[in-house]
Amino acid sequence: MPRASRTAVAATPAHADVRIGVLALQGDFAEHLVALQVLGVEAVEVRTLEQLRGVDGLIIPGGESTTIARLLIAFDLLEPLRDLISKGLPVWGTCAGAILLAKHVPNLDRPPLAVMDITVERNAFGRQVDSFEADLDIAGIEGEPVRAVFIRAPIIRRAGRGVQVLAALEDGTIVAAREGRLLATSFHPELTDDRRMHGLFVQMVADATARARRGARQ
Amino acid sequence: MTVLFTCTGSTMATNGTKNGSTRPARGAAPRVTSTATKPAAKAATKVAPRATVKAAAKPAPKAAVRPAPRVTSKPSANGRSNGAHASGAKGSVRGTTATWTVKAGLAQMLKGGVIMDVVTAEQAEIAQEAGAVAVMALERVPADIRAAGGVARMSHVKKIKEIQAAVSIPVMAKARIGHFVEAQILEALGVDYIDESEVLTPADDVYHIDKNAFAVPYVCGCRNLGEALRRISEGAAMIRTKGEAGTGDIVEAVRHMRSLWSEIRRVQGMRDDELWTTAKDLQVSIDLLREVKRLGKLPVVNFSAGGVATPADAALMMQLGAEGVFVGSGIFKSAEDVTDKKRKLDQQRRMATAIVKAVTHFNDPKMLAAVSEEIPEEAMRGRSTATMPREELLAHRGS
Repeated sequence: MPRASRTAVAATPAHADVRIGVLALQGDFAEHLVALQVLGVEAVEVRTLEQLRGVDGLIIPGGESTTIARLLIAFDLLEPLRDLISKGLPVWGTCAGAILLAKHVPNLDRPPLAVMDITVERNAFGRQVDSFEADLDIAGIEGEPVRAVFIRAPIIRRAGRGVQVLAALEDGTIVAAREGRLLATSFHPELTDDRRMHGLFVQMVADATARARRGARQ
Repeated sequence: MTVLFTCTGSTMATNGTKNGSTRPARGAAPRVTSTATKPAAKAATKVAPRATVKAAAKPAPKAAVRPAPRVTSKPSANGRSNGAHASGAKGSVRGTTATWTVKAGLAQMLKGGVIMDVVTAEQAEIAQEAGAVAVMALERVPADIRAAGGVARMSHVKKIKEIQAAVSIPVMAKARIGHFVEAQILEALGVDYIDESEVLTPADDVYHIDKNAFAVPYVCGCRNLGEALRRISEGAAMIRTKGEAGTGDIVEAVRHMRSLWSEIRRVQGMRDDELWTTAKDLQVSIDLLREVKRLGKLPVVNFSAGGVATPADAALMMQLGAEGVFVGSGIFKSAEDVTDKKRKLDQQRRMATAIVKAVTHFNDPKMLAAVSEEIPEEAMRGRSTATMPREELLAHRGS
């Protein structure tokens, strides 16, 4: 029985025509798919170029950044993805995903996508025993702070001029940022049951899609 | 039959399973330390997961074979696993370390990946280059442990440090079953996961390590649901089916994965009174068994181990329900007859890369065919487990 690559649910009217892909080469993509489904968004696994071309937005999940980077190259997805991003595809990278988006990553031997003007330092807090949870206030998210899970997490060492810092730890370490249609978080919103961060990205995708469709009509 | 690994719940789902699993420490009680770097009061009140998932994920009718689990939140009553851990001094303003969520969470990040046994820093680099999500440091690969005989112990500290220095991916290491001092040493070295492993010679034929007492997470082997749940209640944050390490024979890995899933499916169909009796039979808590029934899977990530020697083997285990694979001797015991060292390493590198690709596209036969063409002609020679005497088998250790 072939694996079903589309796991859609009845979409709510607000996001009825938005389809969001989750890069499913490696990592915790299943958790992202669940989160999107809970929000009533059509969510699809992306492993091939064809699948990639069919989405309005993409999440690069947590996982091992070196592994995901190598698989992007091995399956000839890296250049097409960079091309789509340059044409305005909204992308959110969590943890490993944030590393892949960054223009500058000290000590990374393979060039990642290099599309977002941030410097990301890998394993910045140390080894697994230093992984932690913390409460975080995030710009654009109302109400209680978000419980953020950091697992061998990277940090955003520097944010470029066009980059909006969305969240920082109490010592000022940047852990969430946005540049245009690109979103990077060093923690894992998909590992908790709080869907507000996913809601924020869905809204970004919905806005970008609406704008693109308006532009196409004119 | 194909078991797809579908959208499973978040690791929060696992919190509930840890209820009431704290036990008095045994023997030389491993240290439980607690220093919260955050203002203590705030950290203490915030460790328990909040809120619940408001809506269950409803998969489309044809999308998934198993319903996505409802994630309800039980308060994480496991005081220990949510206790803070005295971490190194790096960084000052942080949160709570060593929680169940971060322990089980690292395994979530490894899903869809290959963890490779390595003996040297050079092999670790090859593994990372090939796309491994983690490496497992050990003194000898299992096939060599078998060949050498004698007592197999934790890897030399120097070797582990060299491997840690060589790669940026997580480094795991094996401790003997019940040898909590080897485990303490591995934790002190900062390994990312400890494998309390039947592949090494057991140090204790009665007790496993009290894994809840450690800040570093553990992975343990199992042959069936009972073994898996007993290890989880002892604190394992990741499970692997055992298979038969160092043989290159996939039959035991298949047997264990099938046993596990068929028992899980049976549990899903049970009434409450049946669950009670099954819990007693399996020597596991009713809460943990109820959690399995609710989730339709183990409450932690489950990989396959012990016998994977080709990309097809790896994809087979994925289709049978593994969330990733461990490959031991299958890589660095391939191309054994190649004498030229450079050529040998190149062939082993190709095998490693091909297995990584096969795990990503485990359900795409065309892709698997393409990947299988890339591997060297000589896979691990292997040894059939059917002809091995019982005393040479490892999987029955530590039930």
